[in-house]
Amino acid sequence: MAAQTATGTPAIRLDGLRKDFAGTPPVVAVHDVDLDVRAGEFFSMLGPSGSGKTTVLRMIAGFEEPTSGRIELAGEDVTRRQPYERDVNTVFQDYALFPHMSVAENVEYGLLVKKVSRAERRSRVAEALEQVRLGDHGSRRPSQLSGGQRQRVALARALVNRPTVLLLDEPLGALDLKLREQMQVELKGIQRDVGITFLFVTHDQEEALTLSDRIAVFNAGRIEQVGTAHDVYESPASAFVAGFVGTSNLLTGETARAVMRRDGSFAIRPEKVAVVPSGAPLGGPSGSTADGVMTADGVLEEVVYGGPVTRYVVALDAGGRLTALEQNAGTRPDAAALHRGARVTLHWRPDHVIDVPGQPSPQSSSAPEPASLGGLAQQ
Amino acid sequence: MRHRAGLAALLGPPMLWLVVVYLGALAVIFATAFWTTDPFTNLVLRTFTLENFRELLTPTYLGIIGRTLLIAVLVTVLCMVIAIPFAFFMARVAPRRYRGLLLAAVLVPLWASYLVKAYAWRTMLQPEGVIDSTFGATPGFGLTAVVLTLTYLWLPYMVLPVYAAFERLPESHLEASADLGGRPWTTFRRVVLPSLLPAVAAGSVFTFSLSLGDYIAVQIIGGKLQVLGTAVLQNITLDLPFAAALGTASVVIMVLYLLAVRRTGALENL
Repeated sequence: MAAQTATGTPAIRLDGLRKDFAGTPPVVAVHDVDLDVRAGEFFSMLGPSGSGKTTVLRMIAGFEEPTSGRIELAGEDVTRRQPYERDVNTVFQDYALFPHMSVAENVEYGLLVKKVSRAERRSRVAEALEQVRLGDHGSRRPSQLSGGQRQRVALARALVNRPTVLLLDEPLGALDLKLREQMQVELKGIQRDVGITFLFVTHDQEEALTLSDRIAVFNAGRIEQVGTAHDVYESPASAFVAGFVGTSNLLTGETARAVMRRDGSFAIRPEKVAVVPSGAPLGGPSGSTADGVMTADGVLEEVVYGGPVTRYVVALDAGGRLTALEQNAGTRPDAAALHRGARVTLHWRPDHVIDVPGQPSPQSSSAPEPASLGGLAQQ
Repeated sequence: MRHRAGLAALLGPPMLWLVVVYLGALAVIFATAFWTTDPFTNLVLRTFTLENFRELLTPTYLGIIGRTLLIAVLVTVLCMVIAIPFAFFMARVAPRRYRGLLLAAVLVPLWASYLVKAYAWRTMLQPEGVIDSTFGATPGFGLTAVVLTLTYLWLPYMVLPVYAAFERLPESHLEASADLGGRPWTTFRRVVLPSLLPAVAAGSVFTFSLSLGDYIAVQIIGGKLQVLGTAVLQNITLDLPFAAALGTASVVIMVLYLLAVRRTGALENL
C-alpha cells in the first residue's frame, strides 16, 4: 500500500490544521499547522507535553475534530471522516488492549469488523504475531503479558490491518530504559520490513533522533522546525529547538557580544566545548587545533562525573554559564587542576557555533534547561 | 503465638456468627424439610420423610416455583435494559458536575421505606390511580404490577455496578475499537458489553435473589398472586416442614443461578 502512494503524494498532508479547546478564553492547542509526511517515512513529532503533538496525532486518527484546516491521507481529504472510515491505525500510549479477548483475538479484531474471511484472518494474525515475536502467545490474555509484550501486541493489532499510516502515541513511554532501547531497535526494524509510514509522537529527543527519518519539533502548538535528525541537532532553527533537542549552551545579548564579538544569539553543543585550566595550552584532550579557536574564561562551578562523560559547568567572566561535556576516554593529566572554584578557559571551533534565529530576552545569557528555553522562545 | 491469639480474637466472633447463625440456620431449614407434622396438633414430628419434596413437584407448587422464577427473570432483564443505558448516560454522556446529582437520584429511593414504596405503587396502579387516569388503563394488581414494582425497587442494585463498570472502561478502548474499523454498534457489542458483563452479573445476583425471596410487595400489589415467598408464609404456622422445603427450593434455585453466573466467568473479574 505504501509503495503505491510513494510516487510523490504525501502519506499525510496537514493544511492549516488548528484546534481550539473550549474554555474562557479558548485554549489554542494547535496553531495552523502545515506538514507533509512522505510515504514510507519514519516521521516523529517531538515536543514537550502540551506542545500539541498528541492533539495533531488524535486529529489524524479522527478522535478529535479540527477547528479548521484540512487533513489528507494519501491525497484524500479525510478531515470530516469518522475514525473507522480512515485508513490509519493507532498504537496507544496505554496500549488499549481489550482485556476480555485473547492476544490473537485482539490482533484479529480489525480484520473481523472489516469482515475479512476466516482463513485470511487466521493467516494474517499468525503472521503479525510472528512479526512481533509473539507467535506462541496467541491464546494468552493481555493481563498475562509483560509490558514489553503488550506493547508488541498493540503493534501487531495495528499492523495486521496494513494501514496507509501507523500512528504511534508515545508507545514506549511506559517501558523501562533497557526495554525502551530494545523496542526502539525492533520498531525501526519492523518499519523497514513493512514499509508503512510511521508517525511517531514522543517527548524524548534521543528517541526521536535515533528512530526518525525526519522530525517535526513542536512548541506551544506550532512546528518550530522540520528536518532530519542531523538538521535538527546541528542547525536548530530556533532557540527552542536548540534547547529542546539535545542540551545546548545558549548565548544571547551582552554575553554573546562579549564572547562571540558580534550581535545575535548563539548555541554551542556542550560536547563541542573543551575545558582546560587557565594558562594551560589550548587543544588538550579534545584534540582541537589552536588556530582560530574561540575562548572564554571563567570559574569552574560544577564538575559532574557521569560514567562515560564528565560535565563541567563554568560561570563565565562575561556573565552567564557554559557547559562542557567531555568523554572519559582516558584520565586527564590535568584532572587535579579541574576542581570547583578553579579558573579555567573554555574553547571551541567557530564552525561549531550555531546562529540561532529569533531574539530571546537579553537578561538571561544562557539557559541549558529546555523548560526555561521554552519560556524564552515564546516571548 | 500471641499473633495467633490476636488473630483468633479478631476472627472468632464473625466466624461464630457466620457458622452458627447463618450456616446453622440454613442447616436447620434443610433438616426440617425432611420432617413432618402431626395432622391433629400441627406439631413438628422429627421423622424422616420425602413427602414435602414430593408435594413440591405437584402442578400447584411447580406452577408457583415457575411463576416466581419468571418474575425474578423478568425483573432482572428489565433492570438490565433500564440500567445499562442509564448508567451509560451517567458515566459517559452527562457532564461531570451532574454525575453526583444523578448518582444521588439513583440512591435516594433506597433510603425510603420499602413499604412506603410498595404502597406508592399500589396507589399509582389502582383503578382511578395516576396510571389509569394518565394512560386510560392500568395493569391492575397481579404479575405485571409485581414485576414493575420489584424492578423499581431493585433497580439501584443494577445501576450502581454497571455505572462503576462504565466509569472504569478506558476511553482508549472505545477509541481503539473505532480506530480498528468498529462502528459504534460493533464497538458496543464487542467491546463495551463484554466489559460490562461482570458488573451486570453482579447486579443480577441482587435483582434475581431479592425478587426470588420477596413476599411483601407481592402481598401489597400482587392481588391473588402466589409466589414462593407467600407460600412459605402461609405454611409457616401450620406446616413448618413444608415451609422449610419451599425455602430449600429457593436456596437451591439461587445456588444454581450462582453456578450459572460463575460459568460465564463473570465472578472472577468482579
